Amino acid sequence: MEVTINNIRKEFERFPALNDVSLKIASGELIALLGPSGSGKTTLLRLIAGLDFPTAGKIFFGDEDASNHSVQERNVGFVFQHYALFRHMTVAENIGFGLKVRPSSSRPPKSEIRRRVSDLLDMVQLGGLEKRYPNQLSGGQRQRVALARAMAIEPRILLLDEPFGALDAKVRKELRRWLREFHDRTGHTTVFVTHDQEEALELADRVVVMSQGKIEQVGSADDVYDRPGSPFVFSFIGESSHLPVEVKERTVLFQGQPIGISESVDGGGELFFRPEDVSLVDAPDALFGKVTACRRLAGTRIAEIDIANDGYAPYHVEVEVSLHAPVALGSVVRFRPTRWKVFTNN
Amino acid sequence: MSDLARTPKVAFRNPADEGRTTKIVLLLLSLAFLVFFLFLPLLSVFVEALREGWETYFEALAEPDAWAAIRLTLLVAAIAVPLNLVFGLCASWAIAKFEFKGKAFLITLIDLPFSISPVISGLVYVLLFGSGSLLGPLLKSWGVEILFAVPGIVLATVFVTFPFVARELIPLMQDQGSGDEEAALSLGASGWQTFRYVTLPNIKWGLLYGVLLCNARAMGEFGAVSVVSGRIRGLTNTMPLHVEILYNEYNMVAAFAVASLLALLALVTLALKTLLELQFGAGNAGGRH
Amino acid sequence: MTHNATASSAKWRLKQPSIIPGFGLTLGFSLAYLSLIILIPVAGLLWRTAELGWSGFFAVLTDRRTLDALYISFGTAFLAALVNVVFGTILAWVLTRYNFRGRRLIDAMVDLPFALPTAVAGIALASLYAPNGWIGSLFMPFRIAFTPLGIVIALIFIGLPFVVRTVQPIMEEIDREVEEAAATLGANRFQAISKVILPGLTPAILTGFALAFARGVGEYGSVIFIAGNIPYVSEIAPLLIVIRLEEFNYAGATAIATIMLLISFMMLLVINLIQAWSRRRYGNV
Repeated sequence: MEVTINNIRKEFERFPALNDVSLKIASGELIALLGPSGSGKTTLLRLIAGLDFPTAGKIFFGDEDASNHSVQERNVGFVFQHYALFRHMTVAENIGFGLKVRPSSSRPPKSEIRRRVSDLLDMVQLGGLEKRYPNQLSGGQRQRVALARAMAIEPRILLLDEPFGALDAKVRKELRRWLREFHDRTGHTTVFVTHDQEEALELADRVVVMSQGKIEQVGSADDVYDRPGSPFVFSFIGESSHLPVEVKERTVLFQGQPIGISESVDGGGELFFRPEDVSLVDAPDALFGKVTACRRLAGTRIAEIDIANDGYAPYHVEVEVSLHAPVALGSVVRFRPTRWKVFTNN
Repeated sequence: MSDLARTPKVAFRNPADEGRTTKIVLLLLSLAFLVFFLFLPLLSVFVEALREGWETYFEALAEPDAWAAIRLTLLVAAIAVPLNLVFGLCASWAIAKFEFKGKAFLITLIDLPFSISPVISGLVYVLLFGSGSLLGPLLKSWGVEILFAVPGIVLATVFVTFPFVARELIPLMQDQGSGDEEAALSLGASGWQTFRYVTLPNIKWGLLYGVLLCNARAMGEFGAVSVVSGRIRGLTNTMPLHVEILYNEYNMVAAFAVASLLALLALVTLALKTLLELQFGAGNAGGRH
Repeated sequence: MTHNATASSAKWRLKQPSIIPGFGLTLGFSLAYLSLIILIPVAGLLWRTAELGWSGFFAVLTDRRTLDALYISFGTAFLAALVNVVFGTILAWVLTRYNFRGRRLIDAMVDLPFALPTAVAGIALASLYAPNGWIGSLFMPFRIAFTPLGIVIALIFIGLPFVVRTVQPIMEEIDREVEEAAATLGANRFQAISKVILPGLTPAILTGFALAFARGVGEYGSVIFIAGNIPYVSEIAPLLIVIRLEEFNYAGATAIATIMLLISFMMLLVINLIQAWSRRRYGNV
């Protein structure tokens, strides 16, 4: 099911949680809403589900305007952050709930419900646990029960709020892979919310990066990591350093000095680069600073460098250096970004 | 159609919420229930008491028997409440800070007065100290009167009201755990210092509420006290018993006048409780009683 | 926990080791106090009952007046607890979920029956529901006070906070997500409440019912003024104990008291079983 979000705005007591958000989700896509807390990602998910209502804007499921449809009518599968399992019901009763509450005209017979529940349990690999109560399950098992329960109503779209947020690191990794396989097998349009960029980049077909109620960038993992569209995306995803620069006649100047790189558009701006996209050079037109700390990171080393020129405010950057590079503490190193982006101020 | 992104006109209802009509119906139902069973009875106490004006009201309270009842009630509470306060502190300390065999039984025992008829609470003392018992005649020969005297009234009152302080403190102290106390002890505080400077400040509001409630119930206890008191006017008559006597004599204004004092006590207790909760979030002030 | 149990069964220990002082003092005082105030007197009651012997006990029990008094006490307490379950649950819902002016005041007032002396409640209810009272006159010629219905009224008053205060904290803990989950699965509001919320509240509601019922069975002060106290019709068991005592019929009083006590113990047991069961199954209190 294709989902189209048109100019959605949501205010909570005059405070805008979402500001003019538009997004097109393709059928069968696995998409992540990524952002820090307060970025509006969960609000957007709840608006799609019909758990909240937009202040302005429209939501389409396919060609159908779902904006005025209640959550019950929208037929979406929603997996809550803390699963929201019904704790007085067994696993089987939980999963069968959505079928049991249907009006008698469309409710499948009991035997059919039982068969569907058992199929779903097999699908989420929990066969044999149907008589358990939620508090007799582990976190990962509860997660999968919640997913099976959401799938039981044959939803048009599957929505997951921080699906791995409440799990410990090991289970989280396993379930992440499992969810990807599950999605590839069932082919449901799936939207999940996360604040964990690793999770979003690894799992999703496309990542929607959000900040302060706005969409900053939509793209594949490669897009948002390699071609960040805004200063926010650049600093939110992966490691990066940034410095204020000026571009004059296509030459990038830092504190008035050329640093050996060029840009196409003139003006003041902010230079962004990642620690691994830096090389040490022995040239006058380069950035330079004093090494204040070094730390080992897997196969490489990260050097923390203070750039402090007389008469200017000091800056702190991090660059990746090889294990053999001569970067003693307190020494001065010269370096240039090999890949970078300048976001101009306007 | 150009107005595609404007607010939809359909009223949205939070899926975890009832409709407005349902809400209003439930609210009115609750209010009606409360008016019939709580507010009107409370109001009627004061209306009946003041039916013949303030002068008659104060005359009824100034009457010697009424005064004697008030004094006796205060005396009984002044003995019973501190006793139960000490017991409450001891029992909750033992139960909340230690794991020991028979703890569940001890808690059940503390809850017992909640589920025993107050009449039975009085009866057990009549059987223990009455003329047909072993103890009664013996104590009498020593000149000690228990039944139909102040000691019996105090005993019955203590029986009925001893769970209140303990019940308030046990959950509070269990929630707080023993971390603070262990820290204080590791810093060299003695057991008493630990209690005085660490535990007591942590539980003071819950303790205060427990004492307030214990006091309200001690002053208002009727069934148990009525069985052991003998209802001798001016001598072993507490305020609630005096209310009964006046009521049965059809002296309504006087009965309700004395009753109004007890109702005021209840209102003050509730007001203080609410204040404690508002000001200090006094834990679970007002759990089960 | 099982590990602890096996460890300590090797060497029996009254308490787990702890660095906190005062165990002996506080437990010793508590036990001594409880023994003096409760255990010895209650044991005395049971001793006296044993002295009666089976036939004596049975004679009191099968007396028409005793049976009727017990029937009235339990019947009215049951009805009142039922009414309180319905209205107490609605009231708890209104207090936890709805925001309206005066909510705090009403919330505080729910505790009134705990704090108001029973005799005061008794005379207030009696005068209110009497044929010439504010409420009683509205229902004339149908009489409320001085009939068994009057007893039910008094017990509703007494039992209300037990239900509200047992159910309310559990309601406050209900996760909104659970209700939203029911909605996303297609349940309408009625289904969400009846199939999801109420079953989750059942243990608390049952506990509240049992507490209100137990309290109602033993209630004396608020009832005797409004009941009319007509033998075989509106005479409650606690009153019959008092009457037997005033007749110096200690055997009669003791036997009725023992029966009521046994039933109270059973109620306590039932309450504990409900809570243990709900804890085991749903993992909540």
